[in-house]
Amino acid sequence: MAHDGIGARLPRKEDRRFITGAGNYTDDIVVRNAAHAEFVRSPHAHARILRIDVSAALRAPGVIGVLTGAELADDKVGGLICGWMIHSKDGSPMRAAPYAPLARDVVRYVGNPVAIVVAETKNEARDAAELVEVEYEELASVVDPAAAQAPGAPQIHAEAPGNTIYQWALGDKGAVDRAFAGAAHRVEVDLINNRLVPNAIEPRAATAIYDRAEGRFTLYTTSQNPHVTRLVLSAFVGLAPEHKLRVVAPDVGGGFWSKIFIYPEETVCLWAARRLGVPVKWAADRRESFLADAHGRDHVTHAEMAFDASHKIVGLRVKTIANLGAYMSTFSSSVPTYLYATLLSGQYDIPAIYAEVDAVYTNTTPVDAYRGAGRPEATYVVERLMDIAARRLRIDAAEIRRKNFIRSFPHQTPVIMNYDTGDYEASLNAALSAARYAEFPARRAEARSRGKLRGIGLSCYIEACGLAPSQAVGSLGGGVGLWESAEVRVNPVGTIEVLTGSHSHGQGHETTFAQLVAERFGVPTDQVSIIHGDTDKVQFGMGTYGSRSAAVGMSAVNKALERVEAKARRIAAHLMEAAESDVELKGGEFVVAGTDKKIAFANVALAAYTAHNLPPGTEPGLKEGAFYDPVNFTFPAGTYVCEVEVDPKTGAVEIVQFTAADDFGTIVNPMIVEGQVHGGLAQGIGQALLEGCRYDRDSGQLVTATFMDYAMPRARDLVSFNVSTTATPCKTNPLGIKGCGEAGAIGSPAAVINAIANAIGVERIEMPATAQRVWETCRAAQAAVAAQ
Amino acid sequence: MYQTTYVRASSLAEAANLLRDNPDAKLISGGQTLVPTLRQRLARASHLVDIVHLAELRGLTLEGDRVVIGATTTHAELAASDLVRQRIPGLAHLAGLIGDPPVRHLGTIGGSIANNDPAADYPAAVLALNAAVHTSRRTIGADDFFTGLFETALDPGEIVVRVSFPIPRRSAYEKFHQSASRFALVGVFVAVLADGSIRVAVTGAGPCVFRATSIESALARSFTAEAAESAAISADGLNSDIHGSAEFRAHLVPVLAARAVAQAR
Ligand SMILES: Cc1cc2nc3c(=O)[nH]c(=O)nc-3n(C[C@H](O)[C@H](O)[C@H](O)COP(=O)(O)OP(=O)(O)OC[C@H]3O[C@@H](n4cnc5c(N)ncnc54)[C@H](O)[C@@H]3O)c2cc1C
Repeated sequence: MAHDGIGARLPRKEDRRFITGAGNYTDDIVVRNAAHAEFVRSPHAHARILRIDVSAALRAPGVIGVLTGAELADDKVGGLICGWMIHSKDGSPMRAAPYAPLARDVVRYVGNPVAIVVAETKNEARDAAELVEVEYEELASVVDPAAAQAPGAPQIHAEAPGNTIYQWALGDKGAVDRAFAGAAHRVEVDLINNRLVPNAIEPRAATAIYDRAEGRFTLYTTSQNPHVTRLVLSAFVGLAPEHKLRVVAPDVGGGFWSKIFIYPEETVCLWAARRLGVPVKWAADRRESFLADAHGRDHVTHAEMAFDASHKIVGLRVKTIANLGAYMSTFSSSVPTYLYATLLSGQYDIPAIYAEVDAVYTNTTPVDAYRGAGRPEATYVVERLMDIAARRLRIDAAEIRRKNFIRSFPHQTPVIMNYDTGDYEASLNAALSAARYAEFPARRAEARSRGKLRGIGLSCYIEACGLAPSQAVGSLGGGVGLWESAEVRVNPVGTIEVLTGSHSHGQGHETTFAQLVAERFGVPTDQVSIIHGDTDKVQFGMGTYGSRSAAVGMSAVNKALERVEAKARRIAAHLMEAAESDVELKGGEFVVAGTDKKIAFANVALAAYTAHNLPPGTEPGLKEGAFYDPVNFTFPAGTYVCEVEVDPKTGAVEIVQFTAADDFGTIVNPMIVEGQVHGGLAQGIGQALLEGCRYDRDSGQLVTATFMDYAMPRARDLVSFNVSTTATPCKTNPLGIKGCGEAGAIGSPAAVINAIANAIGVERIEMPATAQRVWETCRAAQAAVAAQ
Repeated sequence: MYQTTYVRASSLAEAANLLRDNPDAKLISGGQTLVPTLRQRLARASHLVDIVHLAELRGLTLEGDRVVIGATTTHAELAASDLVRQRIPGLAHLAGLIGDPPVRHLGTIGGSIANNDPAADYPAAVLALNAAVHTSRRTIGADDFFTGLFETALDPGEIVVRVSFPIPRRSAYEKFHQSASRFALVGVFVAVLADGSIRVAVTGAGPCVFRATSIESALARSFTAEAAESAAISADGLNSDIHGSAEFRAHLVPVLAARAVAQAR
């Protein structure tokens, strides 16, 4: 039998259905008599709603209903919530304003939903939506986070004076001030972490059904965490108690966090299904995705790092303004705080860190977590500073990092995190040798003979994954626990179903989770099914994001498997008339050590269900559940090396080599891990070179609202990645897994920008490094050289 | 998409009649521009008159010293044509740079020039090569065809039938992609015509394709990359948007022209 346990490079079980078009996505679900929804959205960034007239729309062909915020309020449907409480440094709670699913009095961003039109066909709903007359009084708007707090800036919510949601801080200010005062060298940088639009390939969608007979809702939706969706819709929005609400997330085409959040549209569809008495279907088109999916990043940062005479870091000071958009989305408050500032120590032994973060409202689409969520922003700050410091202090970019690496574990950083294990030098060395770092000067010289500027950039990233120890989350203000659940059902014939509370939307759970079962019970992976994404089938779970499925979700499965194995062993020992302690599980069979007595795992399962001959006191059946709560975060880390060639005449940047050496601990399926790294790198390189979400400063219009203007990375923008791994297994979970889903997006932007800066010979270039920006930077650099 | 009626025309004459009788009807060829605008409700049409299959609009032939291309020839057909690759390599190269494979297999030259997007590629070739546009009513010379932003000399109801390109001595096209749409941020087509005259056409940079006369005269003196690059282009009146300022576009024109000169065969 081929090895298909942990470490096997198995092709993904789910790919056949995806590649042959046999997937079952939310919009594929056909419901009898379903009606179609279209949202009427604000065309203005900020305006008062004076009047909404739906009468013409109601008379249009096929229209079943038109509902606005007034009806929503009549039905006492609650607002959306932000589930993480942050306190400002003065102790006051964050100033969260109400977030109504349909705006009633004021619209606060272009795309803010105002009404829902439900009709027999999608086209009729669209036609009628154009007939909804909304009279607005336009108000001044602000879209730039750096301008939001200025005196006289337009006020977005009465609850948040100066548009300031919180002014939070982490770390020891006094210690940092003292470190800087005594430092031999100081470097500083101003950075913008550019706003991104997630753009999962499958737009968000919902099919909402209300069963009058049972008083029960079903919501099929593009969700990364259906149980949390159900929890919020019942406990906060108040649409139905949990047992009267089934949430199903079938096949989901990508998320990158953007499908975690509980959004207005899905909520309104569910309510409309009951109010109008028809199932309601909605699927966003791409323009709606641009306007209405939570965006990512959007930080403005000033950072300073201090070094002693031997180039050891003595202090780090960071001030960030984070744009949270017009309303606080589900996890928004946690991203620029506990997912960001806690990672500012990077891979380095930094004795003192102080970070201040102001979160602001602006007249833009809500901003929330996006692949990496806070950690890419932290890596970008630290790794840009390291490169600038190397340049100023005239030492090699690898050497300055090597000199400052943390080398003994566990390591307590000054910003909460306690790193369990790691070997940063190992991944640095692996990356440098794979990238032929030592021979770079020859390559640079050769490029120069072709008129190209060649540059190399490093990024030594760290992230905190395996979200997250529940008690820690609670103590930091999180509204949920971040454990995971599992149930393992062994059927009488020995096939196995695993129910997990995590959710696959591209990660490959159906393969990797089955590999874990194969490893333990010796059953081939095709005899294992992974069931997820349906609150009627699966016990409560927390879903998938933050690279948590393997580290936390699989640890829960592992716990349940242990319980199944213990019971099966007891039965096997009884059947073979041996002592339990003499029975071993090997290659799918229980054997009695030192004898030829054995019984196949499947036969034990059958015995458990026939129950003709069980040990006294043993219940029939073979099914166990478990909840696993991690005791710490996991800390994947690694080094990325990017090499670019810049055409100084056009500003075109070509990535000519990209090397990744990651430490993800134990690897379940190397092919899937490589795929995750490739995807993450593509998104990180996209952020560095191409993707820039832009609002017009005056009108507040989203300028990049289609793929004609928002540049997604394409294969031709990339290079064949050279990826490898080193491993220090995680010490705090049973499988040694750290997680790999976000690393690529976290580590790569700094590597790319460092490479471009190195090529041109400058300190600073903003993301995305578009041709025009690069060209202008080259010109300025040439002019500076000429002036000397 | 707003409600519309699809009609598959059985002849060029029937298509012309349908357009005459229905002022809000629109021709549909490859649909690569029209369908997205209809779907986004940026355009509406009472009828869509499909001409893509009409025999009168097909063909890719050598006629004396010209290559004649039917209006419904797709970008992919043109890029792969041995005739075009041998006689007008710059044109074949240009067609292969348009959009992505699905766009190239559906989009047509007639649709592209009739639409005259300021960032489209074909207008640069048509203008630089001094092609003639044969329509259902007349023949229009390249210098008269492109009249402004999304504007052409075509009258309402007039149909592009074929485009006839004189075979040049040398030609080349250099395209600098707008990173999101991959249309031309700037595209420069350089042609040395049979009579030795030099024409340089620029797309993407301005509201409509135009000839870079300063580069043409520089190249007339010396057909070298250096000559092209030393010619200056004014930024006045050029496009400025989030993808590139007028200054950046003006800078790119001679740089790309120089690269085209170096490539020209
Ligand atoms: C993703 C994408 C990327 C693209 N990238 C590029 C690019 O890089 N460069 C580029 O140049 N273009 C690009 N295009 C546009 C593409 O080349 C279109 O094919 C072209 O602009 C229109 O040709 P069509 O045959 O599809 O015309 P249609 O969309 O069918 O029609 C376009 C317009 O022309 C009219 N029309 C069509 N045929 C005729 C005719 N024979 N006579 C008179 N009027 C006619 C129609 O009524 C309509 O108004 C891209 C398009 C897409 C969708």
